[in-house]
Amino acid sequence: MSTIPLDYETLRLIWWLLLGVLLIGFAIMGGRDLGVGALLPFAARTDDERRVLLNVVGPTWEGNQVWLVLGGGAIFAAFPPLYAVSFSGFYLAMIVILLALILRPVGFKFRGKIADARWRATWDWALFIGGAVPSLIFGVAVGNVILGAPFHFDDTMRAFYTGNFFMLLMPFALLCGLVSLGMLVTQGASVIVGRTDGLLAERARTIGIWAGLGTIVLFALGGVWVAFGIDGHVITSTVDPNAPINPLAKTVELVRGGWLSNYGAYPWMIAAPVIGFAGLALAVLGLNARWKLIPLLATSAGIFGIISTAGLSLFPFLLPSSTVPQAGLTLWDASSSHMTLFIMLLVTAFFLPIIILYTGYVFRVMRGPVTSTSLNKNPNAY
Amino acid sequence: MIDMTVVELSRWQFAATAMYHFIFVPLTLGLSMLMAVMESVYVMTGREIWRKATIFWGTLFGVNFAMGVATGIVMEFQFGMNWSYYSHYVGDVFGAPLAIEGLMAFFLEATFVGLFFFGWDRMSKVGHLVVTWLVALGTNFSALWILIANGWMQNPVGSKFNPDTMRMEVTDFMAVLFNSVAQAKFVHTVSAGYVCGAVFIFAISAFYLARGKHVEIAKRSMVVAASFGLAGALSVVVLGDESGYVATEHQKMKIAALEASYHTEEAPAPWTVIAIPGADGGEPSFSIQVPWVGGLITTRSLDEELEGIEELTLHAQTRIRSGMIAYDALQEIRADGTNQAARAVFDEHWADLGYGLLLKKYREDVGNATDEEIAMAAEDTVPDVWPLFWTFRIMMGLGFFFIAFFAFWFWKASTGKLDSNKNLLWLSFFLLPTPWIAIESGWFIAEFGRQPWVVEGVLPTFYAASTLNFWDLVISLTFFTLLYTVLFIIMIMLMVKIVKAGPKDYTFADSPDADDFVVAALPATPATKELGS
Repeated sequence: MSTIPLDYETLRLIWWLLLGVLLIGFAIMGGRDLGVGALLPFAARTDDERRVLLNVVGPTWEGNQVWLVLGGGAIFAAFPPLYAVSFSGFYLAMIVILLALILRPVGFKFRGKIADARWRATWDWALFIGGAVPSLIFGVAVGNVILGAPFHFDDTMRAFYTGNFFMLLMPFALLCGLVSLGMLVTQGASVIVGRTDGLLAERARTIGIWAGLGTIVLFALGGVWVAFGIDGHVITSTVDPNAPINPLAKTVELVRGGWLSNYGAYPWMIAAPVIGFAGLALAVLGLNARWKLIPLLATSAGIFGIISTAGLSLFPFLLPSSTVPQAGLTLWDASSSHMTLFIMLLVTAFFLPIIILYTGYVFRVMRGPVTSTSLNKNPNAY
Repeated sequence: MIDMTVVELSRWQFAATAMYHFIFVPLTLGLSMLMAVMESVYVMTGREIWRKATIFWGTLFGVNFAMGVATGIVMEFQFGMNWSYYSHYVGDVFGAPLAIEGLMAFFLEATFVGLFFFGWDRMSKVGHLVVTWLVALGTNFSALWILIANGWMQNPVGSKFNPDTMRMEVTDFMAVLFNSVAQAKFVHTVSAGYVCGAVFIFAISAFYLARGKHVEIAKRSMVVAASFGLAGALSVVVLGDESGYVATEHQKMKIAALEASYHTEEAPAPWTVIAIPGADGGEPSFSIQVPWVGGLITTRSLDEELEGIEELTLHAQTRIRSGMIAYDALQEIRADGTNQAARAVFDEHWADLGYGLLLKKYREDVGNATDEEIAMAAEDTVPDVWPLFWTFRIMMGLGFFFIAFFAFWFWKASTGKLDSNKNLLWLSFFLLPTPWIAIESGWFIAEFGRQPWVVEGVLPTFYAASTLNFWDLVISLTFFTLLYTVLFIIMIMLMVKIVKAGPKDYTFADSPDADDFVVAALPATPATKELGS
């Protein structure tokens, strides 16, 4: 392995950061479309209004969803044990997310093809489910990661998950679900305010203000809960960040409020929750003042801050185990091999900037307000 | 012990969702290329009818693409959900091509597909053409990386088992990339996609022509589809044979099963056209054979033997015994990482570890397996012969048929007599489902023929599943089946509606009241004003 110019520890840290970039990328980009979906039946009342909303996100939502596909692929490629344990452990929750996500592409495409009120109303609710349910469950999943998931390994590294679907719905996890739903609804509302006018924008603005305020309150409540009501995991053995993976090689202790210990050790990390609060607060102010662009940028910053807070609090854990804490997965003991991490870094470093460039180009071509008269000119409009 | 019911249900779920997903993928591959060709003609000649054709086929492409996206995300997540030990065991190798598919291909395809539909009036002619080609390029790259991943499951090169991490790890990424099986499979699969797209366009155009509707677009589409389809059909058969040839190096058992060849044939082996299974469902009691052809197809020679199932089973016994040694050495290494003697033994036998794991079906302590258990595990390496034998012949027959079909229509198009015989046009229309029969057969052969392995020689399928319970699988299978069935019916209904309506004079920005069926705004009646609120 002497030919690999970056050491294993550095690569593991880089991939932990990249995983964050991809998941935040999905929350910001895909969150636009999930949020608009969740708002569809409420912000838009008439068929014309709903078509306007669908066509605001229609040309770009497919590309945005690839951030999720790529996030899944990156977990598989860079942290295979994490992919194996989390996707099978949260099995039924994943099924619910998948069934909801399946409704989205077909909802967008099929809805406009038949001019019938009941047909369209059905797809409107399908799109609502496709937006709201994943937004909620992604947050519930993060909540369960913070609480620790009930899993362990046998000596062949086969994972056993001892929980069930209803155990996922614990109060703290539901709170995290609402934070996630709240911030993505704020994101969706900001998109609508930025791209439409009139009654539609006004309704979205009102919902966005309340969703933003709610997210701020719930995020703060979550912080208090983590400090006083939840055990954090702390590694008590020495860790060799360059060793081959073996989650069982460490010892772990549970400490009340332990998830906040990183902020004592690295005070700069406090920037993450600060950006979370400040971003959403600015978004609420911007929506209130009827600014067009600031709310979207501010909510995006807020999403960045909130997800970063979760990731930094857990560091170096990726998925703690509530039943056998020693089996919890960290970025040091659940990664791919040195060579795979390096190859994947080269590929990502090459393609990610290109992706960002052409995504920017497509958004530029499709920029501008959407009105119901502009829609009737395109046979492919939704 | 492993719950075999969960394994079986997981296999059913993967097979069902994968084969369902692959209804849409080949059409996406074929249509995206054909649309790019038609739009290129539009940009080069400036003739409006080619743009009209591109947009019309694009509308059908869009409905199909939505189904492909909807079912594709299930595929990516299912490895971790249902095959978590697989994901741990081979994620270091298999995860990379999946992630690269996202980075290099799916992002390209999904980002530009929006511009394809919405960018007609916002971009220059050439700009839009570039977008269409990028979508087509993206779909083809996507197939490339998925087949690199699948090729590794058939022929796991460039990797080694690491006893310290209990998984396969990459040793030579270039070998994974340029895996001969992956390359052959890629060309075979995309060519099959082109044939699928060509038959789709040709059949619907034949329907229009038979009814004397949309004649101008139908004829032009048929010319493009016939020439493109002929090239695709030739490539799929010639290079399909190539993937049979490649398979003999790594997957002799699959070939033996496809040919129902129970005993080693002396070179050059005959090729069995049809055969009837014996009373016990095993060795054929009757068969029609063509001399020499089998040897030529599978070994590309007249003097190499084609090994039979019985000989290969004996060979598997040897590898299982070697795998037992590897397994015991692995246990010693896991107990004491510094045991150099055990590491030396493991290094010698690691390549057969997977064969040792076949015994896990019969006992936990693999090293103590009895001769009967070894014999049973060796029998397990034989896939079900007769389903493979027949699907292979269906696929091959259709492959040759497509060459004849497109060659005939290519000739008719060259002589300008596309519409000389209405019955032939109607026949062509009713042949619409045939590419899917061939393609699904092909995947069945590739995947079912690999059993009992999920990764050939490395990891048995039953050993790779997640530790889920029976009801998890019942719930997920039920909901997938219900949702997929409903969506399929709706998709067919919409496609029929679009085909019946036919191409229109699409005008975009020029006219405020363009096409009235696709965008069809609802009338603002009181019932619709407060929709769903």
